[in-house]
Amino acid sequence: MEEFDGEPTVTWIPGVNSQKKQMCFDWGPGEMLVCETSFNKKEKSEMVAGCPFIHIIRKDIDVYSKILRKLFNESHGIFVGLQRIEEELTGKSRKAQLVRVSKNYRSVIRACMEEMHQFAVADKDSAIGRQFSSQVSILSAMELIWNLCEILFIEVAPAGPLLLYLLDWVRLHVCEVDSLSADVLGSENPSKHESFWNLPGNTQTLTELELRWQHWHEECERHLQDGTFASNPHLESLCKVLLGDDAALLEHKELLSNWYHFLVTRLLYSQPTVKPMDLHLYAQSSLDLFLGGESSPEPLDNILMAAFEFDIHQVIKECSIALSNWWFVAHLTDLLDHCKLLQSHNLYFGSNMREFLLLEYASGLFAHHSLWQLGVDYCDHCPELGRVSLELHIERIPLTTEQKALKVLRVCEQRQMTEQVRSICKVLAMKAVRNNRLGSALSWSIRAKDAAFATLVSDRFLRDYCERGCFSDLDLIDNLGPAMMLSDRLTFLGKYREFHRLYGEKCFVDAASLLLSLMTSQIAPRSFWMTLLTDALPLLEQKQVIFSAEQTYELLRCLEDLTSGRPLCGEPDAQQLQDDDIETTKVEILRLALARNLARSVIKEGSLEGS
Amino acid sequence: MEEIYAKFVSQKISKTRWRPLPPGSLQTAETFATGSWDNEENYVSMWSIGDFGNLDSDGGFEGDHQLLCSIKHHGDVMDLQFLDQERIVAASSTGCVTIFLHHPNNQTLSASQQWTAAHYHTGPGSPSCSNAPCTGVVCNNPEIVTVGEDGRINLFRADHKEAVRTIDNADSSTLHAVTFLRTPEILTVNSIGQLKIWDFRQQRNEPTQILSLTGDRVPLHCVDRHPNQQHVVATGGQDGMLSIWDVRQGTMPVSLLKAHEAEMWEVHFHPSNPDHLFTCSEDGSLWHWDASTDGPEKSSLFHQGGRNSTFLSHTISNQANVHQSLISSWLSTDPAKDRIEITSLLPNRTLSVNSLDVLGPCLVCGTDAEAIYVTRQLFS
Repeated sequence: MEEFDGEPTVTWIPGVNSQKKQMCFDWGPGEMLVCETSFNKKEKSEMVAGCPFIHIIRKDIDVYSKILRKLFNESHGIFVGLQRIEEELTGKSRKAQLVRVSKNYRSVIRACMEEMHQFAVADKDSAIGRQFSSQVSILSAMELIWNLCEILFIEVAPAGPLLLYLLDWVRLHVCEVDSLSADVLGSENPSKHESFWNLPGNTQTLTELELRWQHWHEECERHLQDGTFASNPHLESLCKVLLGDDAALLEHKELLSNWYHFLVTRLLYSQPTVKPMDLHLYAQSSLDLFLGGESSPEPLDNILMAAFEFDIHQVIKECSIALSNWWFVAHLTDLLDHCKLLQSHNLYFGSNMREFLLLEYASGLFAHHSLWQLGVDYCDHCPELGRVSLELHIERIPLTTEQKALKVLRVCEQRQMTEQVRSICKVLAMKAVRNNRLGSALSWSIRAKDAAFATLVSDRFLRDYCERGCFSDLDLIDNLGPAMMLSDRLTFLGKYREFHRLYGEKCFVDAASLLLSLMTSQIAPRSFWMTLLTDALPLLEQKQVIFSAEQTYELLRCLEDLTSGRPLCGEPDAQQLQDDDIETTKVEILRLALARNLARSVIKEGSLEGS
Repeated sequence: MEEIYAKFVSQKISKTRWRPLPPGSLQTAETFATGSWDNEENYVSMWSIGDFGNLDSDGGFEGDHQLLCSIKHHGDVMDLQFLDQERIVAASSTGCVTIFLHHPNNQTLSASQQWTAAHYHTGPGSPSCSNAPCTGVVCNNPEIVTVGEDGRINLFRADHKEAVRTIDNADSSTLHAVTFLRTPEILTVNSIGQLKIWDFRQQRNEPTQILSLTGDRVPLHCVDRHPNQQHVVATGGQDGMLSIWDVRQGTMPVSLLKAHEAEMWEVHFHPSNPDHLFTCSEDGSLWHWDASTDGPEKSSLFHQGGRNSTFLSHTISNQANVHQSLISSWLSTDPAKDRIEITSLLPNRTLSVNSLDVLGPCLVCGTDAEAIYVTRQLFS
């Protein structure tokens, strides 16, 4: 268990009487649900009116800030771009490309920082202004750490250029924090040194540089010894500084904003060709000297120290603790992983660190009403647990409009998540059926290739037909097209409608054979057979003979099948008796019509053609 | 296609529309409106791309678009159309249709009229006040036609409190988009792949014509009419297919072009150069289709980094009936002679491009990556 710096903050839940009642809670991906229970704190149960609400508590306010959204969106673009170029790169261009990606990330942080700074300055005195200011300093710290990681881990600066990078690093961050002056120590002397170093062109090797520097250093020392500057204490002090004298540097501590500024200055004057591996020694001593035992190191100091010690895991761990949002560690870890710097550091619950952090970040995105689309791409690039994570999250996205549903479905289909597609389509189709949008319901079941639901929709149509005597939504049924094949019931519906159309167009023979085939091919549900037979009546009663003898036999058989399979169940009540009466009458009429038709068709077929 | 400016705006953009210019004006487009979606608070905003000199107060560069004003909008902005120079109509996912008025002197937006229950569900299972999202709106001052997920078509008139005409249950599925053909006629597309033409002069609530694709009933999401030839219509579908239709000719599309890999959200003919067509899609791309039959020199200049492709013509109806003089490059079918050049306009692949609009040499589009892209040099 980590120790916390201070007391945990207390958040009061409005409406809940925390003196008297107890609360219960449950964790979600980025939020917590809290509500009041009926358990009382005291012994006796008091009938106190309870708070009827469930409260959602969000810890991560970062995600909701407008300006930070730009950070999330832009960095998402960089992240996805990085995964895509990953495979193509080898060798030297790879390192350059990775450095460029790192710089991109940093420039996004800076852009965000500058925009927030504008707001902070505009609103200086209010609480919001202070919040913006603190956010600016957090972003500034993030960029500081990232920049150092870029120098040490990605750029992998060797001795020599290392110091120049560190100089730039300090200069960048000291100057921006509104410090008093381009302070004397920082700016004045390096310019002297720049010309001395003469690095563009890089014609000198490290040893040459070191020799020249040694030579110059000795000369400085000689001047000090000789007392050349004895008359002017300022110049003498300056000379000591140039020699990298710690005490002299510390005398001007107020011009150094922090210990790493001190560190780089020390290195500049005493160890310009410092090797990366030795950095941590100087770093530790700089930290100790600068703080002078008065204050203890802050989290930021620990993170930077870990970086100087080249302990990447420690850096990430400390950042995870210090920062409230997973954004920073997720992206930095991913980039470092691409630099092949992280060994498969297995966490005890079986995932690797990069995936763990990316999925934590993605979970936070999914909890946001709008940024869930970004989360999808992060899950995509986690080979072990990403897909499972995505499957769980995607089903829980609230679907308020069809357009949003379409986007979610597209995400699922692109990743062959057929189960999720079916479940989402089913929810939408059910909603459509309830709202009486049968066409929409059908189109959702077609998309999900859900035969069962298509059957349900068709049954609805058929029921409506039975009740009303006509079809609703003819535009849909008439134009089913190949979707008709999705389910038997749907095919039946389409064909039945076709029968009605043929009848309307007076193509009686075709209509008749279609009707018969509907029954004999068994795609008509039994419950509908009576209706079909009743539909056959007008055809049987036509002047000309439509059904052939063969067909009439078939119809008779169907009728027999239907009537024989109807058992009497128990005590029939009045209504059922009446229904039965109607049924019996119908059957009798049918039998009569069929018999008559049989007679006529037999005669017709038996006689010579032309009669 | 020289420069395209991107700006991240912290809200997912569902619609972008250029403000129409006064007729006969020689200016180029300067102002556009956007609508957001999927936020807890959505906004309709006005932006300007006027010249600001080299650097403005924000540090933005010349050409960068700046926010002029915005107003809260209840529900997702499902569609947006300018009614005239000052008024803009917004369709909401709560079934509400609002007219916003833009005051240029103090740069504010205010809601001037609203129809709150333009679209709603009625059904045995739905509660009495169940809203249905309004999915499409089209304007022809002062008339406004809206369609929604409830399959209803409304005809409103600005300044009239009640709808002038409502066609209930015009469609059993969701109506996705609507456009005017000739003034009393509109064309709607729905989620079972049908185009329906409605004539408001007729009293009965039946479409005068139904057109559809054979084969799978792929939902159609967007429709646009050719600016000069009122019988030519382009639609985009869920499978990313672009179809060109001649509504006088039978019930099948004239050509089918395989376009995007995912839903096509918007299709637009260029209003003054109708040989150019623009489409945007869920797959994160925005394409410029150039069917102009200019000489080869021009096409190669145009063509930096674009993609050449002969279009796959899938003619179904008999073309012999088409009057020669009215032939449009979109309707002609000779694959050897006419090639459509397709150029992708966005530099990187991004999340879905939800909307686009073109006016003169300017194009604006909005994405789910919360970015707005503007270019002022479409035909450079």
